[in-house]
Amino acid sequence: MLSIRNLNFNIILGQLYALWLREFKVFLRERSRLVASTFTPLLWLFVIGSGLGSTNLQIGTDYQKFIFPGIICMSVIFTSVFFGSYIIWDRKFDFLKSVMVAPSSRTTVFVGKTLGGMTTSLFQVGIILIIGMVLGINYDAISLLQIISIVLILSFGLTSLGLTFGSYIESLEGFQLIVSFVVFPLFFLSGALFPIDNLPPWLKFITLVDPATYSVDALRNSLLHLGTYSFDLDIELLLLFTLIITLIGIFSFKRMKAV
Amino acid sequence: MIIIKNLVKKYGEFYALHGLNFEVNENEIFGLLGPNGAGKTTLIHILATLLKPTEGYAIVNGFNVLHDATKVRESIGVVFQAPSSDDMLTGYENLKVHALLYGIPSKKREIRISEVLKLVGLEERKNDQVKKYSGGMRRRLEIARGLLHNPKVFFLDEPTLGLDPQSRDIMWTYIKKIVKEENVTIILTTHYMEEADTLCDRIGFIANGRIIALDSPLNLKQEIGGDIVKITFTDDIHANTDFADFDFVHRVENNGNSVIIYMDEVNSNLHRLVKHLDDVKSIEYTKPTLNDVFLKLSGDTLSGDSPEGGFMQRYAQYKKS
Repeated sequence: MLSIRNLNFNIILGQLYALWLREFKVFLRERSRLVASTFTPLLWLFVIGSGLGSTNLQIGTDYQKFIFPGIICMSVIFTSVFFGSYIIWDRKFDFLKSVMVAPSSRTTVFVGKTLGGMTTSLFQVGIILIIGMVLGINYDAISLLQIISIVLILSFGLTSLGLTFGSYIESLEGFQLIVSFVVFPLFFLSGALFPIDNLPPWLKFITLVDPATYSVDALRNSLLHLGTYSFDLDIELLLLFTLIITLIGIFSFKRMKAV
Repeated sequence: MIIIKNLVKKYGEFYALHGLNFEVNENEIFGLLGPNGAGKTTLIHILATLLKPTEGYAIVNGFNVLHDATKVRESIGVVFQAPSSDDMLTGYENLKVHALLYGIPSKKREIRISEVLKLVGLEERKNDQVKKYSGGMRRRLEIARGLLHNPKVFFLDEPTLGLDPQSRDIMWTYIKKIVKEENVTIILTTHYMEEADTLCDRIGFIANGRIIALDSPLNLKQEIGGDIVKITFTDDIHANTDFADFDFVHRVENNGNSVIIYMDEVNSNLHRLVKHLDDVKSIEYTKPTLNDVFLKLSGDTLSGDSPEGGFMQRYAQYKKS
């Protein structure tokens, strides 16, 4: 009995590896995708960061450094959620069908795809972290470990969110449009660009509902020791969000039409 | 190998499949023919567990598509109409991904990948990205992919659609080779009568979600009434000759100054016929093709052509969702 279970487990691991491998290879071969999606965060970091940074804001640190955690999250938000559009591509040509007729469960397909999205995000964050060093941000082993964990949790959750949308929306255009309505509020309301301590109550409330808020706060805790909430609370809420959205995503994948 | 019982697929009020009943034998090539929107692809999707039938069921390799989807999936390979290989990956990588999805153990994996690559003649191009492949090569890669896990049943949905005649010939050679070497049952859909005639052991004609004829190509052609002779006369009057006296003539179609005669054994009977005719301008003799069968059958039953995944079907789906 045990051996059969082990065997199944190995097969599922192999399937996850297969799905991840495919995303990873495609990612490696489409370097323009990496360059293009790294450009926007850098634009924010340098133009908005330096521009607003020149106005003497009362935030306890250099503005560019202050928004650095927010820009990391931004990169994760955009990359991860838009990663969901690849499921629409897969449906447009028959790749998804060929996966669906294989004896792998839809949960496996979902998780494999999500792992691919996580990897993409991680690479991008890596690039931004290197640029952070130029801006005078120091990392040690612990803060790096924390950053990687936060990025992994957040991108898992947000890729799930993107794939959930992707499983319901049939056209790429529709996906872009609808997802824009999600991505921009996630980013702007996360406190990525401003401190959330003294916000008017209505705005404060919305930031509390935004899961990205806790990732920005966790990163700020870790990198700048400037968090509003404790690091542990941030991580717990992030994990909760990721768990819920992953379950919704798996449910959506199961009811998605194969043809 | 496949048993189909009272299979119905409805989209709203539209019947994509209207109660199908037939069986496919082990190791035969079974052809599904029919106009666009007849229900061929829907049937394949149901047999491949991608769609659930509204009524009825199907048994594939001893497993019910309704209850044992995973077992069915392990027993089948499918080549879809649209390309399903990732063209950013190499041929080899596509095969590796699928070998992993089917849980083929690592020792066997490499051996099997080289086997199928060899089978479809792509070993030399295995490390090229699929986007550099020609249409025919892509199709062959799909076939290799579908055969990776040694399926018992292999579905080919229009395997030669959009290929040039030469690539089509090559494809046929490979399909024949597969049956011999891989010991599989093949179900293929096609629009090309010639293809069905060359490849298939038996053919099922589908129209409007129903099987309207099912037999071997030879029997289907004989059913139409033996050989076909077209005799053209110098004028219409002579064309009105009565052929009822000849017991070897099955059917006569008058058409202006020419007649089309369906008859047995042209070689031994034609001279008897010609002896009684005057002012013959020309005689053409053809073996009936599946095309004749198809036109005859569709003349009886078809009301019109609807596009692939037809409009009504989509409309019904749209209304449902």
